Amino acid sequence: MTVMIVDDEELARSYLREMLADHPEIDIIAECANGFEAVKAAAQQKPDLLFLDVQMPKLDGFEVLELIGPGVNVIFVTAYDSYAMRAFEVHAVDYLLKPFGKDRFESALERAKNRLSEKMPVPAELSAASRPSAHLDRIVVRDGARVHIIPVSKLDYAEAQDDYVMLASAGKTYLKQQTISSLEACLDARQFIRIHRSYIVNLERVVKMEPYSKDSRIAVLSDGKQLPVSRAGYQRLTALLGE
Amino acid sequence: MHPIIRSGRLGVYLLAWVPVEGALTVLFVKQSGLGVPASIGAAFPLCVLHAVVCLSAWYPCRALPLWGKQFTRSLTTHLTSAVVAGGIWTGAAKLLFSVFSRGDSVNSALPVIFGMGVVLYLLTVALYYVFLAVEASQEAQAREAEARLLAGEAELRALKAQINPHFLFNSLHSISALTSQDAARAREMCILLSGFLRKTLGLSEKAAIPLEEELALARSYLAIEKIRFGARLQVEENIDPGCADFPVPALVLQPLVENAVIHGIASLVDPGFIRISGAMQDADRIAIVVENSFDTDSPPARRGGFGLVAVRKRLDARYGGRASIQAAARDDVYRVELRLPIDEEFKP
Repeated sequence: MTVMIVDDEELARSYLREMLADHPEIDIIAECANGFEAVKAAAQQKPDLLFLDVQMPKLDGFEVLELIGPGVNVIFVTAYDSYAMRAFEVHAVDYLLKPFGKDRFESALERAKNRLSEKMPVPAELSAASRPSAHLDRIVVRDGARVHIIPVSKLDYAEAQDDYVMLASAGKTYLKQQTISSLEACLDARQFIRIHRSYIVNLERVVKMEPYSKDSRIAVLSDGKQLPVSRAGYQRLTALLGE
Repeated sequence: MHPIIRSGRLGVYLLAWVPVEGALTVLFVKQSGLGVPASIGAAFPLCVLHAVVCLSAWYPCRALPLWGKQFTRSLTTHLTSAVVAGGIWTGAAKLLFSVFSRGDSVNSALPVIFGMGVVLYLLTVALYYVFLAVEASQEAQAREAEARLLAGEAELRALKAQINPHFLFNSLHSISALTSQDAARAREMCILLSGFLRKTLGLSEKAAIPLEEELALARSYLAIEKIRFGARLQVEENIDPGCADFPVPALVLQPLVENAVIHGIASLVDPGFIRISGAMQDADRIAIVVENSFDTDSPPARRGGFGLVAVRKRLDARYGGRASIQAAARDDVYRVELRLPIDEEFKP
């Protein structure tokens, strides 16, 4: 069984190492001190189990999990009890609250082993759709071993492309495996509007609207990009601006 | 609401008119040659009439403050009203006597009646202003008491928010990790942590402490975090020796230093710094600056102004507008500047 330890504190990592030392069947294949390293290592080495801190530099634990994608078992290790609900929603194996003792650690490990032996597929949707009610303030995208962080304020628009969304920000585009509806659900509805079945636009980027055909219009963004606006999208837009 | 009609003062007010009734009676007996019972009878309706007229003086009094820009206007208004009220009273007296066909006999008393009417009206005006002044001072007292209460509450809330439970849990976890790896450091951390807690809990009862004491607290907090973060946390201090004794509200620096760790150091992969500087601006003002490096990629929302808001509220409640707190990010350094006046209560 291969495990990875992800925590930005050296002492916390060494504590887990010590706990795992009693289990010769377990192979610690990587230790990471921040989210970027974790995403890279997990993509390359595909561990069976991840010990994951929540609050870390660069990427938090949930963002790491989102980028690694489905199929990995995770035990969250944190001093904050407030993430337990979210951990449950992303199907975490367990949630260890710092400080924890040997017994608690063993029972978490036992659960992970059971989950692995059952070969239960980890449910697929680990993405941002299971976010809490608060809106996203940034979107993370993985491109091979590279990670891009896009602050939502810098997101110009998003376009649905099959199973992916294309995110346009500051002249660049990024592809992320997510449905446009689940992206829409975690953006602030006062700033981002679904103007079309395939498009979400950042309202601050829209400079004008032009008629296109009887039922549709075109939104022109500040960088000159033109996006189609459906009738329903136009209604959503006017409803929002009318408030 | 009329201050006399309210709260049953009307009886007292009418009682105050008994001497006026007496004076009028004497006047009528002497000047008009009426008998005593007839004089009392004539004076009574006149008294009631003027008492009612004087009651109405309250409304212009309430509308026109006596002092300030409108002083002349208020004075003119009241004097004019007094003359009119006196005129009405005199006219009423003349009418009353005419009805009983003794119109001429009252003529010689009319100037005295007019004078009395004016003076009585003005006396009532003066009385109303006394009422108004009392009311205003009571209101001011109530406001002051409320402000004091709010300030106390804000302070208490601020103090309660001081000890961050996650700081405690993380520190305890570090100790737990150290016990098997480096028992001596585990012990050191236990001692640092107890020292910090003891100081924090003891402080919350005091209102102000010397800056040096507040800095000592920040130092012990950072020493604990240093064990957790290792080389990632660099601490610099740049305090003018002259401001060591300057009184500051207890735990005013703590949330700022805590923010610098949580939103600064903890967000960085590479080592970062926290720098605390303090200098006197003039004889009774101090400037304290907390700077820290932070990750420019993290969205502004995560730099968290929560502790900052609490500090600002606390300063507002304590100093009114005389203290300021400003926060700004420049390049990769976040800087919070605190400016505090010397606290009058703690002036040596």
